[in-house]
Amino acid sequence: MIPAVTQQIWCVAALLGTTALAIAASRSRQSTAIVYGTTFSISLVALAGALLALISRTSATELALPIGLPWLGSHFRLDALAAFFLVVVNLGGAAASLYGLGYGSHESAPQRILPFFPAFLAGMNLVVLADDAFTYLLCWEFMSLASWALVMAHHRDADNARAGYVYLVMASFGTLALLLAFGLLAGAGGSYSFAAIRAAQHTPSEAALVLALMLLGAGSKAGLIPLHVWLPLAHPAAPSHVSALMSGVMTKVAIYGFIRIVFDLLGPPSWSAGVAVLILGGATAVMGILYALMEKDLKRLLAYSTIENIGVIFASLGLALAFQANGLGLAAALAFTAALFHVLNHSFFKSLLFFGAGAVLMSTGERDMEKLGGLIHRMPLTSFVFLVGCVAISALPPFNGFVSEWLMFQAVLQSPDLPQWLLKIMVPAVGALLALAAALAAACFVKAFGVTFLGRARSPAAEAAREVDRWSLAAMFSLAALCFLAGIVPGLVIDALSPVAQAVIGHRMPVQLDDAWLSIVPIAESRSSYNGLLVFAFITAAASLAAYFIHRFASRAIRRGPAWGCGFADPTPAAQYSGVSFVQPIRRVFGTLVFQAREHVDMPAPGEMRPARLKVDMHDLIWERLYTPVTEVVWFFADRLNQLQFLTIRRYLSLVFATLVTLLLALAIWS
Amino acid sequence: MVVISDILVQLGQMTLVLLLAPLLTGVVRRIKARLLRRKGPSIFQPYRDLLRLLRKEVVLAENASWLFRVTPYVTFAAIWVAAALVPTFATGLQFNWSADLIAIVALLGSARFFLALAGMDVGTSFGGIGSSREVMIAALAEPAMLLMVFCVALIAGSTQLSTVATFMASSEVGLRVSLGMAMIALIMVALAENARIPVDNPATHLELTMVHEAMILEYSGRHLAMIEFGAFLKLLLYISLIICVFFPWQITTEGAGPLSYLASVAAYILKLAVASFLLAVFETATAKMRVFRVPEFLGAALMLGLLGTLLRFVSRGF
Repeated sequence: MIPAVTQQIWCVAALLGTTALAIAASRSRQSTAIVYGTTFSISLVALAGALLALISRTSATELALPIGLPWLGSHFRLDALAAFFLVVVNLGGAAASLYGLGYGSHESAPQRILPFFPAFLAGMNLVVLADDAFTYLLCWEFMSLASWALVMAHHRDADNARAGYVYLVMASFGTLALLLAFGLLAGAGGSYSFAAIRAAQHTPSEAALVLALMLLGAGSKAGLIPLHVWLPLAHPAAPSHVSALMSGVMTKVAIYGFIRIVFDLLGPPSWSAGVAVLILGGATAVMGILYALMEKDLKRLLAYSTIENIGVIFASLGLALAFQANGLGLAAALAFTAALFHVLNHSFFKSLLFFGAGAVLMSTGERDMEKLGGLIHRMPLTSFVFLVGCVAISALPPFNGFVSEWLMFQAVLQSPDLPQWLLKIMVPAVGALLALAAALAAACFVKAFGVTFLGRARSPAAEAAREVDRWSLAAMFSLAALCFLAGIVPGLVIDALSPVAQAVIGHRMPVQLDDAWLSIVPIAESRSSYNGLLVFAFITAAASLAAYFIHRFASRAIRRGPAWGCGFADPTPAAQYSGVSFVQPIRRVFGTLVFQAREHVDMPAPGEMRPARLKVDMHDLIWERLYTPVTEVVWFFADRLNQLQFLTIRRYLSLVFATLVTLLLALAIWS
Repeated sequence: MVVISDILVQLGQMTLVLLLAPLLTGVVRRIKARLLRRKGPSIFQPYRDLLRLLRKEVVLAENASWLFRVTPYVTFAAIWVAAALVPTFATGLQFNWSADLIAIVALLGSARFFLALAGMDVGTSFGGIGSSREVMIAALAEPAMLLMVFCVALIAGSTQLSTVATFMASSEVGLRVSLGMAMIALIMVALAENARIPVDNPATHLELTMVHEAMILEYSGRHLAMIEFGAFLKLLLYISLIICVFFPWQITTEGAGPLSYLASVAAYILKLAVASFLLAVFETATAKMRVFRVPEFLGAALMLGLLGTLLRFVSRGF
């Protein structure tokens, strides 16, 4: 029997081989089918291996390869935490490959995508498997660059080029933070293997600094506010199945990095770490969804909603840190399991929604919701699965999003046990922020689905839309089924997550599958319990009962007629509510503060023939107040340094000489 | 034996809420009419309305999709299931543990989600304006509701409604400031969620101020009947929730004799009557507020919920 970690490394090798294959077969017309077919099968194999490793609860397996730095080599390790994230990565990989079989055939320049797609999958797998700092950083950069190449697939579009540039800058910044964090962790001894870092003692100030650096490094990759700016640019710029991977999976790899280092390597946390993560998480959740609400572009809306979900996950991780710092193991396990559950859920429904957005893009060529509408008639299957995704992401029962949100609220309700006053007061406040984010998410996805799929078509392209191919539908339907299954039998997922919580927190939630009727009971039955299966059965039964009685005993007649609309027939589809008008009330409530939104009417003078216009001014304050000043400073110095570029050779030589003398002098004085 | 009685209680509860819901609305309307010195329709008028609507044919807009036709049943079912899980006269509900208070709030959220989508389905501006305002109100009401849930759950040590009701019915609770705040927050949320004055006016038509009624403007016949019935049930649900959490006197707890069920049903109906009278008086005495005053109203509910939760920490006595 080959150890699990070796199997996974073979899968990664196979993925890298597929990259070579993609380059070799780039002239072939079958290259799309070959590449996505291969990555699909490899991802399934890797998924099966990871699931087996997670469920069978085998002890961690390790592997050292003599590549990389000569005195270090490369270490890989597969434990429960890595196995769970490998499940997330490979499930997303398999779904994206399946979707790519259909979506990829419409690609104008497939050779710009095909070689990088398997490489990106391989990179994400490797980050999760890495067991020393050097390998970790190398794989992290590999993953970033592969995804950057995919973002730049359609680089002639100026927006995409800018997205790629911002992404590259932010990714480099994140890696710098990670590099410094590992430097601190390794200490003066400089042992870079995770086992040595885990065994070493870290002073509180060191730990705090590492936490801050991780929030910068992993946080920028995951999309924590205010480091999120690249995400809504880069994720939508990539082809849709890659957007799904970036949003649904790559952000989770960043969360893996955060958990690995802060929970696993750093030793026992301090409660103030929990406070920092809680605040960042809560703020990110609310801000992310407010940005999403204001968005007109369907894929950017989804990208902003990813930021919200990342905030929810981080808030839950912050709760887990706070509980663990106070030795409340069971509550910490509950919060941690809720976070992991949400990681899994988000990878399901966000991939599904990006696939749906891709399907819309494929059949109409539009991402702007204001030019869509009425697609439920033209694309019935896509709109059905997209609806499932919307219900799931809005945290509504009986789907999966609700279960993780519910577990999170149960964890929030454990806050009276915390000894610190700050935490006692802050945890319910963050709970309120999460509740607000959840309610706004529901509003956001009513808008996303309502404007895109319902109503009347707002453009000829939307009117001529056609249902997408079977491969894409298969990928979307399997993810929708997973959303539903994880919602009605959550106990199964919670039990599968228990070895991870046991390994990372040292405690686990009670076994759920023993409870009657497949209920989930986080603490005790008298405190709280939820049964998705029964709720679903009740709703189905009640709805069928009502429908049966009405159709049996009351009228069944239906007459089709023009829409009533209080007698005011509006002849053009442009008169319906658009996305911008739909969020107008919310913009007035929250936007005046958060976006400094101002509405003013541009009224023509009497006699002028042009129409009056309503204008909305909105400002992205984070970009304007934080990033613009930084870029201006950088430009200023770059401009000054630019003069160095055009000197004569004599001046360059004298500069080199002066530098050398200065350094030698410094060395002489220092020692 | 306990299981059988629990199932009976559960079935009794599901039928009871179904039967009482239109009556409650009828009573409220009647009292409001009397307060305005009108004669008003009979308290059984809502039943007649429902029956008449059920017999009529459905006039469906030409571009209405399947979602539009499914929504009335989905919302009705979600609200009915939620209403069946709130203890009204007895705590021993067989399926009470399948969803706690948070899940009940979320079930109502599901109902609203589909209704808001249905409002956008036909593509008229009335439907859009209704949906858009409904989700704005919901986006503020739901967090306020959850904070109220936090406050109650922290005091009762549970989000399970049976446990909460049993705890509140016991003598150890007494008067608490934070409970009072939670109650006011819940009442404010209930007014907003049920489209009552001062947030929305259930009696208007053809006005730009309306919210809920604009959203369901395209519905007719049996579909409208299901939505109206859902609205009746929702009002009953919220009043039952207030009664169950804050005034659970005479509620039958586990292991009581059959006679106590009768007493508690009578007590429940009496409490409903008092609540409907108070609601009618309040609605008559208040004016409807502008739509953009609603966020302040619900923001106050949110703050009350948060204050109640925080006060709970300051002292056990609160």
